[in-house]
Amino acid sequence: MSAYNFAYLDEQTKRMIRRAILKAIAVPGYQVPFASREMPMPYGWGTGGVQVTASILGPDDVLKVIDQGADDTTNAVSIRAFFAKTAGVKTTTATTEATVIQTRHRFPETNLGAHQVLVYQVPIPEPLRFLEPRETETRTLHALAEYGLMHVKLYEDIARHGHIATTYAYPVSVNGRYVMDPSPIPKYDNPRLDDCEALQLFGAGREKRIYAIPPHTKVVSLDFEDHPFEPTKFEHPCALCGSTMSYLDEVVTDDAGGRMFVCSDTDYCETRQREGHIGHLNAAAPQTCPEAAE
Amino acid sequence: MTAALAAGFARPVFDSQAAFRAAMDALSRPGAVTALITDLTPPSPLTPAAAAIALALLDFEVSFHLAPSLAGGDVGAFLRFHTGAREVDAPQEADFVLLDLAADALDLTSFKLGEAAYPDRSATVLALVETVSRSDGPALVGPGIKGRATLGVSPLPADFAAQWQLNAARYPLGVDLLFAAPAHVLGLPRSARIVEEAR
Repeated sequence: MSAYNFAYLDEQTKRMIRRAILKAIAVPGYQVPFASREMPMPYGWGTGGVQVTASILGPDDVLKVIDQGADDTTNAVSIRAFFAKTAGVKTTTATTEATVIQTRHRFPETNLGAHQVLVYQVPIPEPLRFLEPRETETRTLHALAEYGLMHVKLYEDIARHGHIATTYAYPVSVNGRYVMDPSPIPKYDNPRLDDCEALQLFGAGREKRIYAIPPHTKVVSLDFEDHPFEPTKFEHPCALCGSTMSYLDEVVTDDAGGRMFVCSDTDYCETRQREGHIGHLNAAAPQTCPEAAE
Repeated sequence: MTAALAAGFARPVFDSQAAFRAAMDALSRPGAVTALITDLTPPSPLTPAAAAIALALLDFEVSFHLAPSLAGGDVGAFLRFHTGAREVDAPQEADFVLLDLAADALDLTSFKLGEAAYPDRSATVLALVETVSRSDGPALVGPGIKGRATLGVSPLPADFAAQWQLNAARYPLGVDLLFAAPAHVLGLPRSARIVEEAR
């Protein structure tokens, strides 16, 4: 560990990122440019989130890292190991024990508290990027709060599909001013961003942007009066813990069309199973369907 | 030659992180009183908490301006030596402004407000005050505040509420304030608004 500065980054880089974070907090939803560094992992693996985490992390912090809600996927495991090695901080998989949670593409199912900070990994921070490729133009659009393009895009969804077909990275309006990309979280999670107890920070490494949502900030998913925003609903309960209140992943179980729906948040699901909630395909459940128990 | 320069952080990595986290907590929860304990003994009239935030955030990439009451003594040399930041005479050119609300006049319009496309290119004002508390003061609403908070800062200029209304009216442009008492900080980002007390 002594071969690295605490949390890998050098102190000057941390100061630069910290100044960006403070400005991001002061102007919720506005993307602050920062001098993103090369990290010992490829772009797309959370270099922005890692730099934000490294800049806020202290020796007493407890770190949790999730990837699509799961603590046990490659990205989550390696980033957790990265900070365990370079910062020597305590790591955890329990949402309630963590003070800093770095996440890729999910908001944890468990409600966050005021002592926690949620750090998102962001691939494309600019919500207008696929509508207007020029950075000079999108900057002007944000400066003028001119978000008609985004509404046209959502309208075209309705014209084509009969409903707003955007299901992830669903744009939000923050504090009534900036339209922001909440990162590719499922739109199921969007309502959780509003009036959240915890500070939420967003880091995009390749695109070199940091933005933030302070606690208790108004975050509204864009919609129309006659086509109001609707979070995703699931027809099934979780097959392992039986929860009807969580975001589910579809898992293919064989090559004959077999599938199961399980919580994407592994900590939430395992905690529920420990508490005795057993889903219909859980190995601990009463057996009715032999092939599901394998 | 003046007397020996006051020492910087004993543990630069951890002390900067602690000072930054206090500033981050303060700005993300306007009106909340955040403790910032440090063993710095900065040159007067700089207080330990203000010095800690300055050492944590300043470096060669940014500039700072000292208001008249701080400009005369050893504060400039202390900050220049420990951070490498540029000291500028014109307040409107500075990224960070340090002033003492007990001694200096406050004019929020004299600082960098940012640009329409880059509102982050604005000044952060580090204001030395005697006390910050949760009691008495104008009521605040805005991001980071559940319901209402109080701007419990003393001393506060008589026309502060009027100046802040102007600052808030320019949103997303504007300056961000960190009030630093000797061992506590209180944040007032530009997104916070002062409202009439409803009694």
